Amino acid sequence: MSLLVLCDHDRGTLAEASLEALTFGRDLAGRLDVSWGAVLIGSGADQAVGHLAAYGVGTVHLATHELLTDYGPEAWGETLAQLVRSTDTTAVTACGTDRGNEVMAQVAARLDEPFVANCLEVRPGDGSWSATRVQWGGSLLEDVTVDAGVRLFSVAHHAQDATPDSAVGVGTVTPFSPDLDASLAHSVVADRVVRTHGITLTTAPVVVGGGRGVGSAEGFGALEELAGALGGVVGCSRAVTNNGWRPHSDQVGQTGTRIAPDLYIANGISGAIQHWVGAMASKNILAVNTDPEANMVVKAGYAVIGDLHQVVPAIIEEIRRRQS
Amino acid sequence: MQILVCVKRVPAPGARINVTEDGQGVDAAHLGFTTSPHEECAVEEAVRITETRGGEVTVLTLGPPEAEEQLRYAASVGAHRLVLIPIEDVDWDPQRTAAALTDAIGGLEAADGAFDLILFGNESADAGGFQVGVRVAHALGRPIVNGIKSVEVGERTISARREIDGGFEVYELPMPAALGVKEGINLPRYPTMKGRLASKKAEVGGVAVDSSDGGQTRLRLYRPEEQVSKTVILGTGPEAAGAVVDLFEELGVLP
Repeated sequence: MSLLVLCDHDRGTLAEASLEALTFGRDLAGRLDVSWGAVLIGSGADQAVGHLAAYGVGTVHLATHELLTDYGPEAWGETLAQLVRSTDTTAVTACGTDRGNEVMAQVAARLDEPFVANCLEVRPGDGSWSATRVQWGGSLLEDVTVDAGVRLFSVAHHAQDATPDSAVGVGTVTPFSPDLDASLAHSVVADRVVRTHGITLTTAPVVVGGGRGVGSAEGFGALEELAGALGGVVGCSRAVTNNGWRPHSDQVGQTGTRIAPDLYIANGISGAIQHWVGAMASKNILAVNTDPEANMVVKAGYAVIGDLHQVVPAIIEEIRRRQS
Repeated sequence: MQILVCVKRVPAPGARINVTEDGQGVDAAHLGFTTSPHEECAVEEAVRITETRGGEVTVLTLGPPEAEEQLRYAASVGAHRLVLIPIEDVDWDPQRTAAALTDAIGGLEAADGAFDLILFGNESADAGGFQVGVRVAHALGRPIVNGIKSVEVGERTISARREIDGGFEVYELPMPAALGVKEGINLPRYPTMKGRLASKKAEVGGVAVDSSDGGQTRLRLYRPEEQVSKTVILGTGPEAAGAVVDLFEELGVLP
């Protein structure tokens, strides 16, 4: 028996969340006392092999095919399903990213097995297994039992740290050639549009967020300035995008972007669950709010009680004063 | 163009969600309900497409009898046809839900022809299983891509964009196809008074399905232990700026 970890990568660049899934899979394989391997699919994936060695991966299954030149959820799902069928795989884990969850759903549909998305913990058993997964983006937890021939899981992003394990060193690379129907090309990436260069909400070390309290699209000017002074970017709550003050791509939350910066500064944001679950992985949170009882103030590590329209310009001025 | 949108009735996002004593579902007593946000956008997108290209929007949901409210809301913003798969249980597991939807769609298509496009939400706001749309599309033999933030309909193909860090991936799918869409693809309209009145009279079709449990079974739902952290108040008003910038220095976030 063996366990597989699907690695999310984009043309050879490994998603950081994949390292979390590798750590999770390594631990689970250890508890099951079975061998385990990583799965890399598509062109360019070989560039990611080197990064896996640091995580104690014994075997890397490297799948290539002419339909796998770029990401395609169905082509990737079919490839992984075929690999599972051709091995004695007992469980497959992936990271709970857009791609990770999408490919695992494809695998589950093809194998007609359950797929438990965004797990915090998986507990193997003799017959059925059990798992704890997140609902509502993390504001509720659900314990489930899993009765399956092959157990399919994804690991909730940011739920655990990625920890290297240098004990094993470089493992073996096993090529895999799936048999893919030409129709699977229908959902392969056909083109790409690059919109921004540089830092984004998910990579910025500092995110300066604004909520309903900012009051207008123009009100974000001061937040942009503060973000600029800190080398960060601006984010916002759902109320802000619903009012049309910022584009949806700036939205932090359950239906927007999940962020995990070193510092999140939440200005005039009440901290509804929808927003909180997108911000809670931040390493430090500073809330600026007129209401000391606001959910965001209560949950933040640091807070300033006051009107953001006065507080933010004062912070910018203080930064300038110290830098001059 | 015939478009089907699958929606789910969920407690309004943003509310504090409490769990029933038996841990089998959420306590609905003090909750408002709504259409799961990604799916509300899916309905809007479907209505926009038929407004420019003609055709009809059918909205399908699997849920308690009260889910009729969400179907009527869809009618109030322009959907043409409403179908409910009524269930009594709290929540069906993803495999069973997908099997029931597949069954119901098969019935609708056998009667009236295939849908050119089926839209799902990327994931439901509550259970967040990330799979029902994919399972249904696979069972129906339609290509599907999730995470879609923009759609352009051509003669026989659909061009769909998915947001990734710093840009978009573009997919070109032949119709009939399916997509999982995300909030942000549009800003859904509010119903007009005329729309509201018409939706009250709209007919809601019912479909009974035969399906059995999948391999994932709920044991219990519960709230995570809240980490009680004492908030450090750095100050009040603009006078707090000095303490804030001290904190920036301490955290090493000043460039």
